[in-house]
Amino acid sequence: MSGFKSNNTVVNWVEDRLPVFSMLRHSAIEYPTPKNLNYWWNFGSLAAVTLVIMIVTGLFLAMSYTPHSALAFDSVERIMRDVNYGWLLRYLHSNGASMFFILVYIHIFRGLYYGSYKAPRELLWFIGIAIYLAMMATGFLGYVLPWGQMSFWGATVITNLFSAFPLIGDSIVTLLWGGFSVDNPTLNRFFALHFLLPFVIVGLVALHVWALHSVKSNNPLGIDMNGPQDAIPFHPYYTIKDLFGIGVFLMVYMAFVFWAPNFFGEADNYIPANPMLTPPHIVPEWYYLPFYAILRAFTVDLWFIPAKLLGVVAMFGAILILFALPWLDSSKVRSATFRPLYRQFFWLFVLNAFVLGYCGAKPTTDLLVTVSQVATAYYFAHFLIVLPWLSRKEKTLALPASISAPVVKAIAIGAMLLIGATGFSGTAQANTATHELLKPEGGFSWTGVFGRYDRASLKRGWQVYHEVCANCHGLKLVAFRNLAAVGLTPEEIKAIAAEKEVQDGPNDEGAMFQRPARPSDRMLSPYANDKVAASIHGGAVPPDLSLITKARVNGPNYVYSLLLGYPDVLPEDAAIPEGKMYNTYFPGYAIGMPQQVFEDAVSYADGTKATKEQIAKDVVTFLNWAAEPELEARKSLGVKVMVFLALLTALLFALKRQIWKDVH
Amino acid sequence: MADTAKNAQPSAADGQTRRDFLLQAASTVGVVGTGIALWPFVHSMNPAADTLALSTTDVDLSAIKPGQAITVVWRGSPVFVRSRTAEEIASAQAVNLSELRDPQADAIRVKNPQWLIVVGICTHLGCVPLGQKPTDPRGEWGGWFCPCHGSQYDTSGRIRKGPAPKNLAVPAYQFTSDTTVRIG
Repeated sequence: MSGFKSNNTVVNWVEDRLPVFSMLRHSAIEYPTPKNLNYWWNFGSLAAVTLVIMIVTGLFLAMSYTPHSALAFDSVERIMRDVNYGWLLRYLHSNGASMFFILVYIHIFRGLYYGSYKAPRELLWFIGIAIYLAMMATGFLGYVLPWGQMSFWGATVITNLFSAFPLIGDSIVTLLWGGFSVDNPTLNRFFALHFLLPFVIVGLVALHVWALHSVKSNNPLGIDMNGPQDAIPFHPYYTIKDLFGIGVFLMVYMAFVFWAPNFFGEADNYIPANPMLTPPHIVPEWYYLPFYAILRAFTVDLWFIPAKLLGVVAMFGAILILFALPWLDSSKVRSATFRPLYRQFFWLFVLNAFVLGYCGAKPTTDLLVTVSQVATAYYFAHFLIVLPWLSRKEKTLALPASISAPVVKAIAIGAMLLIGATGFSGTAQANTATHELLKPEGGFSWTGVFGRYDRASLKRGWQVYHEVCANCHGLKLVAFRNLAAVGLTPEEIKAIAAEKEVQDGPNDEGAMFQRPARPSDRMLSPYANDKVAASIHGGAVPPDLSLITKARVNGPNYVYSLLLGYPDVLPEDAAIPEGKMYNTYFPGYAIGMPQQVFEDAVSYADGTKATKEQIAKDVVTFLNWAAEPELEARKSLGVKVMVFLALLTALLFALKRQIWKDVH
Repeated sequence: MADTAKNAQPSAADGQTRRDFLLQAASTVGVVGTGIALWPFVHSMNPAADTLALSTTDVDLSAIKPGQAITVVWRGSPVFVRSRTAEEIASAQAVNLSELRDPQADAIRVKNPQWLIVVGICTHLGCVPLGQKPTDPRGEWGGWFCPCHGSQYDTSGRIRKGPAPKNLAVPAYQFTSDTTVRIG
């Protein structure tokens, strides 16, 4: 670090007292890096950028979030609807989590392929596994915070894993919960820990980079740098290459944020947590699916060890075995480029991981359990049998003498991203009905890149909701004032609000009283509480419709089909209990709601012919607006962001080519 | 454009110019974009739409007798509503404006001289002054007395003594009937 001199006296003054500038120059500018790193080496820096994005978006979300079991769900919806750009922060954060895992999985598999875990990089590898474990914990804790059905039941299932341990298991679970089930104390502590762990990850990342800079980067050939001719300074060569990678990555990331923000999520998590009712099919977030499959693969007790414990131990073991990897694979050759057999087993291992992921995503069937068992066995065999055997027997290819010599073929970077993105998404389909959903003629206006709500349809849909649906269903996340977006004038909104009475108080005598609703009030259910609603409707509570199109798989088409799904002639085998109706698209066919959509059920103010299909299409348009009022702002901002990122990335690419042209 | 430049200059110098141009263009675009991206984060801390929508409070004045005052909540802050006696009105109107730190005639601070409606927050550092209850100290001018740093307000809510720089603020309000007022 000595010998640093700047022309700036302030820099020198600071440098003499705290050598930050020489350290920066040493580790971020001059840091000698192999000149042959391919694009797979971009994913570490991409993950670091994502970590920063997650911390910043998380910090601002925390300013508007309420970690209380009675308030958490609505506070998240308030972020989505009322907080300025709250929808953007939340979608950046929720999709950022998935992006973070995609990047880190690619980063890990890159390490596996090129043998980056081998001497002298064992500690670097260990710290990386620690980061991965901390990420899994953070991701799980964060998924609980919106307090939807998946949050609650995910928390229940994952914490119950610890009950598998003999003797102390139940005490551990009670300790985690702070009670006798997942409840408010659990949510409180999960929020505290979810805030803490990212900073632990930052600390681990600092160690990871420190360890990296001590042993230097591995490279696609897996051989050591022989001297200065094999190395180039980190800056500007890899700073520009990383920046270009960031530009490409941000475009992929933003495509999800602006156009498919719930792609990685589950519809069930838009239903508020209900401790009395488990959803028909629950799954963890996609990034845990392979391990979830391993957990479920153990179905038979082994001697005195219960299957439950075996599954839990295997699941944790599947990650912990990575710590032994540097010794299980003792081959002296690092890169799979020169290990023809290992290369094939590597891809088999990747495939096996995807098979496990697929099994973890689907409801258990006999066939899938068998597949999971085989895949689990292979997972461990890869580490315990294949790698030690290969280390001894494999005939490796001749290593090149130096990095400067050969050419390495780069593989298309997007391929794996694409597989990762499409592989495990939208998994928790409750397998509602076997009937294909109906679609409105001409489709819904708001789909597509530039899609917007059809104003006329939106206003008609409001009329349908107001005259028909509102008799039984609330829209409690929507305030009357929000109807301005539907096209109502302030006077109309005031008049509509004043039709409803809401409770207020206490007044000066201490009594609660009823007053006409104001535009700032919300469209509550017509029933005072769920018990009243259930007693009137034969035990079934008409659900609140604020999020109905987001809370069902393929929601808009599902609701559209459901409204039209009352056949004139019932199927012969239809066995419908007393007081229920037959609906072709409702899970189990027996629905509490009688048919509501009839020809001319409403008389449209704008003169449109009120056919059944028209009414259903209009009201679904309105309900989708109620669920996603930010949709138009989201898509139009998305277009601007994409144009900007395309320009920036093109400039960075051109600059990268300029900077690298003498090296290639 | 690049082609024209290439024809006109030797290639080494051209590469340097091209690189400088790209560096500056990419830096500019990147810095501007990052700057714009900060706005959603900052703006998320501003009042949310539901907070802004809750900006009116209705007050029933019928039960307040002359000389009495009530405190109502408006946008999360206390608002003093005082039914002034004839003497209080007279003393508020009789003040010579040149004596005041923040000169304002009583007439522009009220819509109906009987009702004084002011935000109950001391303009010094935000404490709630005393003087709403008959037993409270009201200071030398019979208005309000702030216990934090001793500011004193008169019966028109104007600052008369102590460190506060401004009169108690008058919120926007309108009488919706003879006995009700809507603040905000």
